[in-house]
Amino acid sequence: MITAERKPLEEILQSVSSFDRILIVGCNECVTVCAAGGRKEVGLLASALNMSMLKAGRPVQLTEHTLERQCDPEYVDELAQLVTGADAILSMACGCGVQELARRYRDKPVLPALNTKFMGAAERPGVWAERCAGCGNCVLGVTGGICPIARCSKRLMNGPCGGSGNGKCEISDEVDCAWQLIWDRLKALGKTDLYEQNMDAKDWRPAGGGGPRRIVREDLTE
Amino acid sequence: MAAPTPELEPVIVAFCCHYCAYTAADQAGAQRLEYPSNVKIVRVPCSGKVDALHMLRAFERGADGVLVAGCLEGDCHFSTGNLRARKKVAQVQRLLEEIGVGPERLELLLVSAGMGSNFARAAREITQKIRALGPSPISEAIAARAMNRA
Amino acid sequence: MKTDSVLEKILTSGQLAVTSECGPPRGSDPEVIRKKGELLRGVVDAVNVTDNQTAMVRMSSLAACIHLRQMGLEPLLQMVTRDRNRLAMQADILGAYSHGVTNMLCLSGDHPKFGDHPMAANVHDIDSVQLIKMVRDMREEGTFAGGEEIKEPPKMFIGGAANPFADPFELRVARLAKKASAGVDFVQTQCIYNIPKFKKWMKGVCDRGLHEQVHVLAGITPMKSVGMARYMKNKVPGMDVPDDLVKRMGGVEKKKQAAEGIDIAVEMIQELKEVEGVAGFHIMAIEWERKVPEIVERAGLLPRPST
Ligand code: SF4
Ligand code: SF4
Repeated sequence: MITAERKPLEEILQSVSSFDRILIVGCNECVTVCAAGGRKEVGLLASALNMSMLKAGRPVQLTEHTLERQCDPEYVDELAQLVTGADAILSMACGCGVQELARRYRDKPVLPALNTKFMGAAERPGVWAERCAGCGNCVLGVTGGICPIARCSKRLMNGPCGGSGNGKCEISDEVDCAWQLIWDRLKALGKTDLYEQNMDAKDWRPAGGGGPRRIVREDLTE
Repeated sequence: MAAPTPELEPVIVAFCCHYCAYTAADQAGAQRLEYPSNVKIVRVPCSGKVDALHMLRAFERGADGVLVAGCLEGDCHFSTGNLRARKKVAQVQRLLEEIGVGPERLELLLVSAGMGSNFARAAREITQKIRALGPSPISEAIAARAMNRA
Repeated sequence: MKTDSVLEKILTSGQLAVTSECGPPRGSDPEVIRKKGELLRGVVDAVNVTDNQTAMVRMSSLAACIHLRQMGLEPLLQMVTRDRNRLAMQADILGAYSHGVTNMLCLSGDHPKFGDHPMAANVHDIDSVQLIKMVRDMREEGTFAGGEEIKEPPKMFIGGAANPFADPFELRVARLAKKASAGVDFVQTQCIYNIPKFKKWMKGVCDRGLHEQVHVLAGITPMKSVGMARYMKNKVPGMDVPDDLVKRMGGVEKKKQAAEGIDIAVEMIQELKEVEGVAGFHIMAIEWERKVPEIVERAGLLPRPST
């Protein structure tokens, strides 16, 4: 899923300081799962903003709404009525949701309340970690199911570097060395021969080096 | 912040777990142990069920202090609800800090059902503390707005 | 001979080679690099020039190599994949070769986190193994990484790094094998302090016959003090300093610790000379270049072969 974290309240306050009627829009997908921008977080942000504005002696009108999916035009249409009554939209979705709102409601300022972080998985309750960098040409099949691009601090395709120690990456004891993980998994799979096959320099075009990426599925287009 | 106004009693909302804190509060009442009447008790099934939003909304509606009261560690009827409550209280305290409402206005209290006197004492203490802090900036702002409208 | 490199000539002749290194200044004064280079004249066969070492901005390795070349020294251009993409790297390789630089060391580089620009983007378009392959293809195939032909291909003698002390140990010979198959000609190892572990690794290298494909230069760094020994033991990733060495350094009075460190370095070279597969030494006396001649001399590695 896509993970995100709320921006500091002060930054959000700054960004909405010139508006009187603010529509706060959450999303029921990824950002709900990572507890950053679901219905609950929309409520907390609304309450926090309301108090901050009251305190500043500049009360505002806050409307809360959480969409099924903010990156999908079909759901975003639902907002039309609420948007009419707002001076600005504060989106609590990932960057894709923010942009979808901006595309659909062209004449309304749309502001991000979250910092979108990465594609990751839950490591344990309350902890999410990066897993995939969306490189467009997946190599997990030869790296034991562990991504060297998203999980090696130097993106090494032929690691490990000389800084790997005790299973940890040289940058921090908090970070596992991806290549240690890859090696351990290849051993468990009885596939250590894969390690010595050098991986060629990567073509970064599918990773975005070829410009903004799209997927077109003819069977689904109208 | 305005100087504490002695004639004004602070409003304190206490979310009390049904299995312990609520019973303790009840007992304190039955034993006529004195605890301030400005402490508004809200009975909840478990301290762990008190959502961050409940705590925040209490402040938003003008509470000067909020108490979340649950069972002693290891005694939670739902095993770890009180530990979750501890984490949520800490989360809301961080948020209060960001908003500029003193995080010390929110407290966690762990008591057992038989500790009526402890509950009464804690209620008196938090009342005293909040009284010293004065009204919350939010309750002040609400009052000011009401005045302007009147 | 694949190249015009003096280092290649010496290594191919079977004589022990000696290299050392020069950190460029954190400023634009060429005198700094010239002074360091002068200290090494006649003492080593090639001088590594580090590339934004420890992720701190310094005078570019290429420019410093040119200064050394102009002094008649044999520079060894270090290149990390952290700071530049393949276009920039190939451009620098062409430029270096045009100035008579014929040795390279292909590295991934320390993470920016450790340097003075932790906010910088981490490029890593390719990794060190892929860089080796790219330089090899430039030389052997006469092609750029993009596939097109190079007019006057640069013929670099290609080096890499090997760290026998990083984890997982069982992978360290295999990692060298990867570099060998990518086309590395020689490697310089991480500083050796744990000799038994190094010997174990070297045996693995020889068992696979890798020492016949790749010249292994053993890395030596003299310790200046017990403080430095402790620092390297505890703080530098991928460094293995055994306790008895720290104890030995700590056992002599402060004033004499530097001399003790030199003694240890000399003894190590003596011992490592006898290890099968060791083709020479890479002496990294960080900001202590003036001690290199003494170490080389006392280790019995002088005079250097004339080529
Ligand atoms: S190899 Fe590419 S697609 Fe596969 S997990 Fe890694 S970044 Fe994602
Ligand atoms: S220690 Fe491991 S994860 Fe970290 S940069 Fe080196 S190879 Fe990558």
